[in-house]
Amino acid sequence: MVFGWTTVFFKTRQLGYLNQLRTISQTAYTHPSSSAAFSKLSSEDISYLKGIVTPRGVVEEKEALEPFNTDWIGKYKGNTSLALKPSCTDQVSQILQFCYEKKLPIVPQGGNTGLVGGSVPVFDEIVLNLGNMNRIRDFDSKSGIVTCEAGVVLETLSNFVNEQGYTFPLDLGAKGSCQIGGNLATNAGGTRFLRYGSLHGSTLGLEVVLSNGKVLNMLSSLRKDNTGYHLPHLFIGSEGTLGVITAASICCPKKCRSVHTALLGVESFDKVTELLVRCKDEVGEILSAFEFMDRNAVQLATKLLSHVRDPFSSTFPFYVLIETSGSNENHDMEKLEKFLESCYSADWISDAVLAQDQSQMNQLWTLRESMPEAVNRSGKYIFKYDLSIPLEHFYDLVSEMRSRLADYTCQVVSWGHIGDCNLHLNISSSDSNESLSNLIEPYVYEWTRAHGGSISAEHGVGRVKSKYLSMSKDKQVIDLMKQMKQLLDPHGILNPYKIFSKEE
Amino acid sequence: MKVLVTVKRVVDYAVKVRVKPDGSGVDLSNTKMSMNPFCEIAVEEAVRLKEAKVASEVIVASIGPSQSSEQIRTALAMGADRGIHVEVEKELPPLVISRALKSIVLKEKPSLVILGKQAIDDDCNQTGQMLAQFLDWPQGTFASKVKVVGEKLQVTREVDRGLETLELRLPAVVTCDLRLNEPRYATLPNIMKAKKKPIEKLGLKDLNCEPSYGLQTLSIFEPPKRQGGNKVESVAELIEKLRNEAKVI
Repeated sequence: MVFGWTTVFFKTRQLGYLNQLRTISQTAYTHPSSSAAFSKLSSEDISYLKGIVTPRGVVEEKEALEPFNTDWIGKYKGNTSLALKPSCTDQVSQILQFCYEKKLPIVPQGGNTGLVGGSVPVFDEIVLNLGNMNRIRDFDSKSGIVTCEAGVVLETLSNFVNEQGYTFPLDLGAKGSCQIGGNLATNAGGTRFLRYGSLHGSTLGLEVVLSNGKVLNMLSSLRKDNTGYHLPHLFIGSEGTLGVITAASICCPKKCRSVHTALLGVESFDKVTELLVRCKDEVGEILSAFEFMDRNAVQLATKLLSHVRDPFSSTFPFYVLIETSGSNENHDMEKLEKFLESCYSADWISDAVLAQDQSQMNQLWTLRESMPEAVNRSGKYIFKYDLSIPLEHFYDLVSEMRSRLADYTCQVVSWGHIGDCNLHLNISSSDSNESLSNLIEPYVYEWTRAHGGSISAEHGVGRVKSKYLSMSKDKQVIDLMKQMKQLLDPHGILNPYKIFSKEE
Repeated sequence: MKVLVTVKRVVDYAVKVRVKPDGSGVDLSNTKMSMNPFCEIAVEEAVRLKEAKVASEVIVASIGPSQSSEQIRTALAMGADRGIHVEVEKELPPLVISRALKSIVLKEKPSLVILGKQAIDDDCNQTGQMLAQFLDWPQGTFASKVKVVGEKLQVTREVDRGLETLELRLPAVVTCDLRLNEPRYATLPNIMKAKKKPIEKLGLKDLNCEPSYGLQTLSIFEPPKRQGGNKVESVAELIEKLRNEAKVI
């Protein structure tokens, strides 16, 4: 392979003894009520663990541990005294084997950009950060299959496959910081979901280290392999609670030669949904993204972030960002222009801008991708919701929340992957107000359940939504999940206090 | 007054170009092409002059391949009134371009010609200056601010030692620098209107120009790859490396 990365040939580490895993039968995972269920980290433990990762893989100093202990929103702060940064799967295996025996809890961590408090400790769990495992092990230029370690930053991976003439099937605003291991553990959706589907579809295989240190090599370069249970899928979306993902093989689609982006101004939400239907009908085969933003969100972003620009001279209640990706520049541009012109003549859209070059395209995407950051800066207390809502009710919740909170000084903004019926509702306030908080939760989740939606479309459950899990899943389903957790992590050391809450 | 603005079709600024294996040029197959960013700024300035009712008409001209008409359409969508497309097969050097532009100027009689300061593919930064010389007109290059005051033009130029403001008699030539303005997006209603605006097609012969190629490109190659940096452990090691490896002390 002539691309300069050392190909690491990984040796499966066979442990010297069989691991007896407890039979599932009656015992199911019970959420530890506190860190008293685990051992405390002793100085001998620390020495041993430091010995595994060598000095470059240890973070111990309190100030240096801040970013490992704090989530991206700044809302959740743990109290770990040790973060380990292994540089290969073998080290991860040794660490987990030790922690399993000693009953030391671990938080697997990637780029720490998660939004549900799932990637930071709750108490003093050891942080197992995969950031140093950032090698791209292999790339097959005929099939587009890339094999890489969990700590590769998404943007790096995306740029790499781009150079080879392929597109990475996942894209999200946090790409400069998030790592592919974390993306997989979350089953991140992103802006290309509409076109390329979920990570479950693109991922061909995983290399996972189990709670007892055993390494499961399920990496594959085969598109089809129906030989037994599809175990990798269990770990995708498991949020680090069933095993630590250390490497993945992902199939990438070929890069499209012609990409076009347009931002549309729309007067009503009914018109937005009509546009979505028409878009799928008329440009469906080249459509690669369909995102929506409301006026409040756009105004917030342009007001608080100097690098964000609104291309229109007037504002609209709704904005839709469309992207097409195809193989023929002229054909695609003609198709898109024709579609936009017909929508304009029929008054489905009030105005539109079509990016004329790559810089304008980047600027339009910056507007959309800057929203989480804008919300972060808009107030000290932020309530973030990531919901799947059927299209016919999609915007109703936002309108309801605005009237419900009319007496409070707060921002209610929304945007989302409307093509996937995924709403991102964000409420921010400068004042800490319990009555405001009580008006928001659990109402948002109850409303979502009543309308047949999901309380977490793509962000996962983490710590934030664990007590609402039953709003989206039946008890029998949750019970089976807990039994599987008990099977794969009988000592409960992998990311405890996440997904399942005490109340469940 | 009439304003003439020029646009060039170049490789998109965000694209990473590759040199052809035989070193004869840059590989443009399947490469995204766009309007030269400085030309975009020039068009924006011209349209603003029209909106301020200082300019009565904005004509956009491009000398390039048949696909340059796309860039002319974009300029029309930004607000120019009509276009002139001089279709040529091979890229011409600034000397020939400025001669052709002179013919267009003599034909259209604008009071102001606005160009981008340079094209991002060749970085020549010559056409505006040569055109001014051929027309014997005053020039304000690297403009970061343009203001029409009666019959005169005030141009603020960004130069190495700071900002310099000149006053020019009209007619004049202005070339635009990055901070002059932020170009607008082409909105859909304007894109639709632009399709109906006229584009005149001309050949070099119509302008009494000969495509003479006084310069010949011998080879094109990529700059040497950047070497990785080294972290040093001590000042002594730094000095040793500066002396023996980098050979700068």
